[in-house]
Amino acid sequence: MNIAALIPLFPLIGFAIIGLFGKKLKNEKLIGIIGSGAILASFAVAGTLFVQMLGMPAEDRLSIVKVYTWIATGSFTVDIAYQIDQLSLLFTLIITGIGFLIHVYSIGYMHGDKSFPRFFAYLNLFVFMMLNLVLASNFLLTFLGWEGVGLASYLLIGFWYDKKFDGSHITWTGDAAKKAFIVNRIGDFGVLIAMFMLFNLFGTLDYTTINDSATVVLSPNGTAVILITLALFLGCTGKSAQIPLSVWLPDAMAGPTPVSALIHAATMVTSGIFLVSRTNVLFALAPTTMAIVAGIGISTALIAGTIGIVQNDIKKVLAYSTVSQLGFMFAALGVGAFTAAVFHVMTHAFFKALLFLGSGSVIHGMHHEQDIQKMGGLKKHMPITYRTFFIGTLAISGIPFFSGFFSKDEILWYSFLNGGMLIWGIGALAAFCTAFYMWRVTSLTFHGEERFDVAHVHPHESPKTMTVPLIILAVLSVVGGLVGIPHVLGHYLHIPNLLESWLEPVFAGGSALIRQHTGDHTSTELTLMTVSTVIAIAGIMLARSIYSGGPEKSDALKQKFSTLHKILWNKYYIDEIYHMAFVGPILAASRDFLWKIVDVVVIDGIVNGSATVVGATASVLRKAQSGVAQNYALVMLIGIMALLSLVLYSTH
Amino acid sequence: MNIDFFGSLPLVAIWLALGAIGIVIQAFVRNNTKLVFGYYVGTLALTAFLAILSSGAKGSSFGGMIVLGGYAAYFDVLFCGAGILAMLAARPYLDRLNAELDEFYTLMVSAVAGMMLMAHASNLVVLFVGVELMSISFYVMAGFLRTDIKSVESALKYFLLGAFATGFLVYGMAMLYGGTGSLDYVEIGKAVSNGTATYPMFLAIGTVLMAAGLSFKVAAFPFHQWAPDVYDGAPTVVTAFMSTAGKAAAFSAFNPVFAAIMPDGVGGITDTMRLALAVMAAVTMLVGNITAIAQTSVKRMLAFSSVAHAGYLMMGIVAGTAYGHSAIVFYLTAYMFMQMGSFVIVGYLEREQGDGSDIENYSGLSKQHPMLAAMMAMFMFSLAGIPPFAGFFGKYMLFYAAIQSGYTWLTIVAVASSVISVYFYLGLIVKMYFTDAPGKKTTFATGTAGFTIAICSVAILLLGIFPWLLTNIISTW
Repeated sequence: MNIAALIPLFPLIGFAIIGLFGKKLKNEKLIGIIGSGAILASFAVAGTLFVQMLGMPAEDRLSIVKVYTWIATGSFTVDIAYQIDQLSLLFTLIITGIGFLIHVYSIGYMHGDKSFPRFFAYLNLFVFMMLNLVLASNFLLTFLGWEGVGLASYLLIGFWYDKKFDGSHITWTGDAAKKAFIVNRIGDFGVLIAMFMLFNLFGTLDYTTINDSATVVLSPNGTAVILITLALFLGCTGKSAQIPLSVWLPDAMAGPTPVSALIHAATMVTSGIFLVSRTNVLFALAPTTMAIVAGIGISTALIAGTIGIVQNDIKKVLAYSTVSQLGFMFAALGVGAFTAAVFHVMTHAFFKALLFLGSGSVIHGMHHEQDIQKMGGLKKHMPITYRTFFIGTLAISGIPFFSGFFSKDEILWYSFLNGGMLIWGIGALAAFCTAFYMWRVTSLTFHGEERFDVAHVHPHESPKTMTVPLIILAVLSVVGGLVGIPHVLGHYLHIPNLLESWLEPVFAGGSALIRQHTGDHTSTELTLMTVSTVIAIAGIMLARSIYSGGPEKSDALKQKFSTLHKILWNKYYIDEIYHMAFVGPILAASRDFLWKIVDVVVIDGIVNGSATVVGATASVLRKAQSGVAQNYALVMLIGIMALLSLVLYSTH
Repeated sequence: MNIDFFGSLPLVAIWLALGAIGIVIQAFVRNNTKLVFGYYVGTLALTAFLAILSSGAKGSSFGGMIVLGGYAAYFDVLFCGAGILAMLAARPYLDRLNAELDEFYTLMVSAVAGMMLMAHASNLVVLFVGVELMSISFYVMAGFLRTDIKSVESALKYFLLGAFATGFLVYGMAMLYGGTGSLDYVEIGKAVSNGTATYPMFLAIGTVLMAAGLSFKVAAFPFHQWAPDVYDGAPTVVTAFMSTAGKAAAFSAFNPVFAAIMPDGVGGITDTMRLALAVMAAVTMLVGNITAIAQTSVKRMLAFSSVAHAGYLMMGIVAGTAYGHSAIVFYLTAYMFMQMGSFVIVGYLEREQGDGSDIENYSGLSKQHPMLAAMMAMFMFSLAGIPPFAGFFGKYMLFYAAIQSGYTWLTIVAVASSVISVYFYLGLIVKMYFTDAPGKKTTFATGTAGFTIAICSVAILLLGIFPWLLTNIISTW
């Protein structure tokens, strides 16, 4: 299976070619073909491996492909090696498959952009890093990918750097990029700390060794495993935009829309789910952490879902929706339903990529208008975009037999079974919000009368390079759920849950540790399934009754619930609170204390002073300078005295 | 006196070249900077070559005052390499300011000679000679632009405070001698670990004073305040050299000295000292990074960040393990390339931007100098500790060394301060990539400085992607 090493290699070559020669090629078509071709090649390799793997017995499906020894100092040895198994291959197929479609779409979307080659170079770089993240056989290589996707995401959010962007404490895209990067860094260091602790305990960073010996080395729910998993989870909250590090994702929408679709919806933001899945044994050993994961996941699902209701920027609604859906996935992980989480990663990748690309098509057709209040009636101007977007809406809302129905339902079912009524209730409420805000967006964008100057704007359907990916994704959004039909339905239809049996070996270690509820719950499960279907339809009906007649009714509601609206509109003031609690004080410490007092007053004051008297007498200068040097010397002296007294005191 | 001829060759070569031949050349060939430049670059290259040859040598020489091979030979190569890179950068820089004098290169090589002595020393007197040779060369180099008030001020400040610190250093040496009756690292180390010091009180005082003196040289809190001023005021190429090779030299001595006087598991004052150094390291990184945030001059920002990096490096000393020492060597190497590369870029841009290294002048650099901006971005990412660049592995090793030795809190502080540091490193990248230049400016050729920048960036990448290139060497010591 050595061809596995080719999977990340193709995007790297693509990045190198476009990055180095892109400007000289001067041919959008060629660059587009190289960029998309690289991803298609990786997809083909992954597909080949997938077919090979299907022909193998389950116990032979795991293999490690070593490329070279990365670092070796004493006991610390780490390889560049890829772990090919069911989990990594599934993620690889999602990343390269959807990645390819989005690359193709970008050829149309980015047409005419002055930095066309740069865009494709960054996209290829991103895919390379993302593949390293999921294929890695050890934490350190995953971490390389983890930081690398952050870097690529940073470069792509700030891609249109000359654009104004209205976010929280942010006025242009560069700030949004920086915010995303820094918030992610906070999480990343959680991962770093977890790695140190793991290496200390296990003497290795290889996933297979750690997973195999975890039950021996770590005591169940002991301090060590709780700290490790919490630190890892902190990293996940960063990458996957969960509370408390969720604030960057909505602002990341400053990037071009294909970026939002690929990085900030389908792939990068699911790295957190990947990491927890990869280390499921560790998490299963720490029920305390699992409870926290479930709690944070489900709260994020609800909080982001409610914020999504009032946003007017089409991409921001989708961004909050992504945060909310990621919350569902974490809730699933937290209640031990690992397969359900990965299933939702997959279906979400289909329909959310579809919705984002659809919104991109709308923005493209509306000449960079993103405010849904200024849209409406686009149904007849952009029929393909409308139909595919509509399918995406049904899929995410959980209408039966669309892909989102199966995955979300499975999550809700396990939340009920393992997590209890409260988690299920919050989840159901969040699912209601999902259906509501998605219908609101669809309705305000495509239905009703045009709320813009039709004669002036001329909305138009997008070119084929953009609509064909939409159609393919729409098909996937409809049928993609069939690989994971729950047993309760599959039993009657004689369809097995393919995904569950596929992933079973990956999660065997973790699942064995979690107390499973056994017994026959068929009737309960069917009841809950019906309830969640009713909830989805109710959300849609409510949205329909409010928004079908244009914005008048909603304006009245806005007036009526003005306080609630204000809170939601301001995203529960989370950004403001962070700014007050963290960003402000650090900047103040730097600017007002360390800089203003120590630097400006003491140092710059004298330097400037000396600068103004360049022509003046040397005596003034000497006086000024010896003054500073004396201060410094005094500090040194105090330091030595402190050290001396400390050391001498300790000898007694 | 036994002298291992082969192992001592690098030291002999640089002294001969510097003392005997170099000065003769300068006496006869006046004002031929090209010849002198070539001669000294050749000298350093030859010395580095001899050092590579001598790397297999073991043991000591000159009556046990100088250690050979391995660790010391590696530092020889590092210092000579730094010297060559800095000279390549200095030539166009000084030429533009009409300040290219033969003496500059002589001073640089004499600083390298001092650094090599520091790494080779296993005796406090040798260490002292090395430290002073390096420092005095630095004082003069910092004030090399005689008509530039900032440069002169920087030299004076450096000299005054440096002399003050040297006082402590030499006093500390005397105390160690008084306490143990020896100037030899190994002998002092034995006295400490066996508890056989004649006067333990002298030993304790000596340890503190040595710590203070060496902390001054590496620019660690509270002995760091000179560094931002001096680095900011000195000619940028000099800063590039002394903030990297100078710091590396100081750590190359800090390492063995404290391995001897602060051995693991002795308890008593060594534990107190270790804790004190840990606190100093923590405060150093916090002060360096937080103050760097508020800087508007890139040169000054880098100067503060250089203070912060001394804090990270001290974690290796605090750990005190073999792994900690390897981590220091790795990080020093990485740090040398990334910090020198960025200072050289700052120095090059001073030409286009007038004298200002204000961050506003970096707007839209990616349009004007795509390659230069890309390399600067790489240096910034590496300094911030982001993989796959060398800085990441160095930080990783240092942090791990501290955790291994039970200093988890120190690692957490280090982690937090690196998060803070991302803010300003990234700030520069945002300026270069996400803003437009206010107007079209004329561009100049980088000259030989281009080599320096290119070599530094290649090294950063290579050490990040293939860190074993270096770790394999370190593991043979």
